Amino acid sequence: MSTKVGIPRALLYYYYYPGWKAFFQTLGAEVVLSDETTKTILDQGVRAAVEEACLPVKLFLGHVANLCAKAVDYIFIPRVISVERKKYLCPKFLGLPEIARCCLPKLPEILAPAINWGQEEDKTWAELKKLAARFDGRPAMLRCALQAATEAQRSYEARLRQGLTPQEILDGKKAPLPAGKMRVAVLGHAYNLNDHFLSLNILKKLRALGVEVLTAEMLPEEAIATGAKVLPKESFWTFGHKLLGAGNYWLQENKIAGLVLVVSFGCGPDSLICELIERFYKRQQQIPVLLLTLDEHTGEAGIITRLEAFVDMLRWREAK
Amino acid sequence: MKVTFPHLGSLSIVLTGLLQDFGLEVIPPPPITKKTIDLGVLHAPEFACLPLKINLGNFIEALELGADTIVMGGGTGPCRFGYYAQVQREILQDLGFNFQMIVLEPPQGQVSKLVDKLKILCGNKRPGEILQAAITAWYKIKALDKLQGEVLKCRAFELEKGATSKAYEAGLSFLQAARTPAQVKTGLKKGLELLAGVKQKINKDALRVGLIGEVYMLLEPFANLQVEKLLGEMGVVVERSVYLSSWITEHLILSSLRLPGGLATKKAAAKYIKQFVGGHGRESVGDMVRFARRGFDGVIHILPFTCTPEIVAQSILPIVSRQEGIPYLSVSLDEQSGEAGFITRLEAFLDLLKQRRHKTQNQAFKLATARR
Repeated sequence: MSTKVGIPRALLYYYYYPGWKAFFQTLGAEVVLSDETTKTILDQGVRAAVEEACLPVKLFLGHVANLCAKAVDYIFIPRVISVERKKYLCPKFLGLPEIARCCLPKLPEILAPAINWGQEEDKTWAELKKLAARFDGRPAMLRCALQAATEAQRSYEARLRQGLTPQEILDGKKAPLPAGKMRVAVLGHAYNLNDHFLSLNILKKLRALGVEVLTAEMLPEEAIATGAKVLPKESFWTFGHKLLGAGNYWLQENKIAGLVLVVSFGCGPDSLICELIERFYKRQQQIPVLLLTLDEHTGEAGIITRLEAFVDMLRWREAK
Repeated sequence: MKVTFPHLGSLSIVLTGLLQDFGLEVIPPPPITKKTIDLGVLHAPEFACLPLKINLGNFIEALELGADTIVMGGGTGPCRFGYYAQVQREILQDLGFNFQMIVLEPPQGQVSKLVDKLKILCGNKRPGEILQAAITAWYKIKALDKLQGEVLKCRAFELEKGATSKAYEAGLSFLQAARTPAQVKTGLKKGLELLAGVKQKINKDALRVGLIGEVYMLLEPFANLQVEKLLGEMGVVVERSVYLSSWITEHLILSSLRLPGGLATKKAAAKYIKQFVGGHGRESVGDMVRFARRGFDGVIHILPFTCTPEIVAQSILPIVSRQEGIPYLSVSLDEQSGEAGFITRLEAFLDLLKQRRHKTQNQAFKLATARR
């Protein structure tokens, strides 16, 4: 029987799952995902986490707890410090293995390679080697696994740029038909937007309202870089950079009818990044912005009302 | 050019002197008050941490007094502080202020940029004069830290409530007036003498409590609701894990040169967290371990609401507490925090520490008598 590696369906899952899956499968391991988010899973996470942790971290812990019940041999919680030079991920990713270990007792062994491409490339290679050696000691296998992972990841990212959301690709769904000619951009972390429970299906709801939805993942890197150029100092968070770049790019391009900002309550980086985006949009006075804050108490009815009102307002503006 | 800067504990005493020695006209922000915080809260993002809001309030008040240049610290992440200045500049611009912002941060390969910024500040002073001013500033920082350290030890035993704080204020004014290393030395001496003159009582059961957490919140009394004074006047000997001088050496000088600092703390934290998590998160864990190993009765962890690095630390502290056998109280503060509620929590925590100490003392006594 092959070794079972559990991957929580939360946080970086939405960015790197295809790569991770290919990596472990090439090494002969079986990849087990946690269940789709339910109220029970979120509640488990909320109970385990410290109160002030942000909603996605609480949900992540819920998914880790969910994996425990699936008799996995390992849980994969990489410590992703940086994926590019001079930029970091949010501090919560830097301490994620510790958070999981301290908040949830009796976990299976955690696989927590430190990924730090920006500062310690050699060490990152060594960590990956160590990780691969747990499954297959042959050095050639690491290369094979990495190659498979890179390919899977590339094709995933290519499909994202075709207008599919991470959720749609990961769930194996087909591309929806463009619903309308009005384009609304939704800006937020993929791990919030694509979890159907957490986001209360904001993307789907917008589409149901007859709107074509854009997200930052659909933009090529050059567009993000163009958008980020207007800043005197780039953001040192990889995701923050992406949000700022995408937000500014859409603003310059001026082809969207409205922008929906989705943040989770108390998100540290977003408190600054979204403030800047809001300010830039306000200065131009061209594109309306709706800010939605998510937490564990967010009610679906309230979100629907606000989305509907926003879309109505956009239509009214266009008709004028 | 009229220069201003953000408040951070007693830093303004140092910075005012330093910038004046560089030949600049300095407009220090007015002391932090409720109004400062209100101004900051009004214009800052809702979920930004308290230090950003207080900084912003400082800037607005100083700009209203006529300042036109802001000197601010920066950083390279992943703590939010490194991006403060970028957001604050946009907010102040939208408010219609006319100013320039000089952000001092690790150059990351662009040393010439940092040199350009320093040139604006140092004007046409000769290198010797600049060095002299910097040395005086450093002496002042060290003297302030020394004075504060003594105050924390002294306050728990004062006979008359408030006497220590009074002596401290006087000591601060001596240091503020000092303009050369020699004057700093005599100023410190006078301050310490005043402190030594504070009438003391015997308090054999004084609890020892360590303060850990985010740097700004620990160093700025207005932000931490004067926790040191409150605890001291309740008869508690307080020790702070971070001082201005240690923070500057570790986080500004050593880290800019990519040299390791604070090794003892990192080593103490290693059992629980091996990775830097931004800000002061790992240090908080390490400091708690060190206080526990030195036999402190408890620690108080102070963080600004929504501080991600400290939330990582907060998730780890329960395990540290259990394994190292030290109680802790974690308090997150923001503009909503009220003093009365805070005092109640402190009192409850201290009661718990007292009971715990009695229990261990009784057990030790029983053990000792049983052996006899």
